[in-house]
Amino acid sequence: MIHILVHDKKDTVGVAVIEGIKAGQELIGWVMEDDSTIKVKAVNDIPIGHKVATKEIKAGDTVIKYGFDVGRAVSDIRIGEHAHVHNIKTKRW
Amino acid sequence: MINSKTTFWGYRRENGRVGVRNHVIILPVDDLSNAAAEAVANNVKGTLAIPHPYGRLQFGADLDLHFRTLIGAGSNPNVAAVVVICIEESWAKRVVDGIAKTGKPVTGFGIELHGDHDTILRASKVAKEYVQWASELQREPCPIGDLWVSTKCGESDTTSGCGSNPTVGSAFDKLEPFGVTMCFGETTEITGGEQIVADRCATPAVREKFMFMFNRYQEVIERHKVDDLSDSQPTKGNIAGGLTTIEEKALGNIQKIGKKCKVIGVIDKAETPTGPGLWFMDSSSAAAEMVTLLAAAGFVVHLFPTGQGNVIGNPILPVIKLTANPRTARTMSEHVDYDCSGLLQRQKNLDQTGDELLEVMLRTCNGRLTAAEALGHREFVMTRLYESA
Repeated sequence: MIHILVHDKKDTVGVAVIEGIKAGQELIGWVMEDDSTIKVKAVNDIPIGHKVATKEIKAGDTVIKYGFDVGRAVSDIRIGEHAHVHNIKTKRW
Repeated sequence: MINSKTTFWGYRRENGRVGVRNHVIILPVDDLSNAAAEAVANNVKGTLAIPHPYGRLQFGADLDLHFRTLIGAGSNPNVAAVVVICIEESWAKRVVDGIAKTGKPVTGFGIELHGDHDTILRASKVAKEYVQWASELQREPCPIGDLWVSTKCGESDTTSGCGSNPTVGSAFDKLEPFGVTMCFGETTEITGGEQIVADRCATPAVREKFMFMFNRYQEVIERHKVDDLSDSQPTKGNIAGGLTTIEEKALGNIQKIGKKCKVIGVIDKAETPTGPGLWFMDSSSAAAEMVTLLAAAGFVVHLFPTGQGNVIGNPILPVIKLTANPRTARTMSEHVDYDCSGLLQRQKNLDQTGDELLEVMLRTCNGRLTAAEALGHREFVMTRLYESA
């Protein structure tokens, strides 16, 4: 069972690909780029499709997904924490 | 698995283009003519009225786009014949003359000096002749290179970037060597990935034109935005699905152009490509608007990846929906033509899902109705550039 999907090894977030992930759950992540596996412990409940930090992210850090810049963290995000509009903001517009 | 011998059953039109549907449409030029157009379609079974809310007191580039969209829709090879209705006869003639260049049957009617009743009577008589004529046209085997395939995604979420968009990309990479004409667009949704698209442009001239279109749309956003566009790009549905920023959405979006296809040209809204390969169309990212522009450009089948479950269809261009979100595939199954959620559990790879999507596409081209067609989705939405006079 794969719980989260990570596009690129450089990524700092992964995507929940199953429904009903609960806080405290041990998540198995598939890194598509090199077909490797990682493990992350969920800090929050994570809805399907939502992101979870797979590396420590500090406020002001660039968040990486697909190996590219997808925005800026506006607060610290711990490994396993829900990463979304409450702690990430666009650098455009 | 497609190859150079792959064929589909299509309708070869007078100008050599191939359609996968055989519609006789009743096309109003303006909002005032919708009632008559719908009455004709009600009188004559098997015809299809295409009502829309515009066409009065537009001017300049906005009016040019209006006519280009109507003439393009009527000229689309999925359309066998057209009845045009307009409040003013001279503008009906302008649309008729544009469509007539394809060689297909087309007749126009003006309502002024006649009224609705007489117009409906005269137009219904022609529509009946057209639909009986069209019903005898036969499909014939056509090479895959005769297909024009477009893509645009909607109600995207993170599963779109993981699964359904790269599945379209895989399909495009497989179609490109066989001379298929393809198109993507959604100019604002490239924001954050524009350099990736620019690097895929086949020549410096194409790259320059792409960056011109991209920057032009950024200026529109900057001029009209309040705060940022986060209420609209990403949409509420995108955010509910886990997409956080426009950059993240864009990087997922451009998975649709695959890993190999080069962008061989850039077209303006509703413009017709002039050769095979992958084209970029400057366009809104609103689903019904862009799919309507693609129908007007001459595309005959559309691949539409969705995450949270967009339900769009188009009267002329069959819209094939695919999703990688297992919840959407379960809760909105009547809208989903192809479920590729197995990708996210590593049960399938992109090579397989690309092949499976192409199989669904060929069945659709051969005549199978899409979910949106079966459910009666006929969203025909004209793009407006600015206020009417």
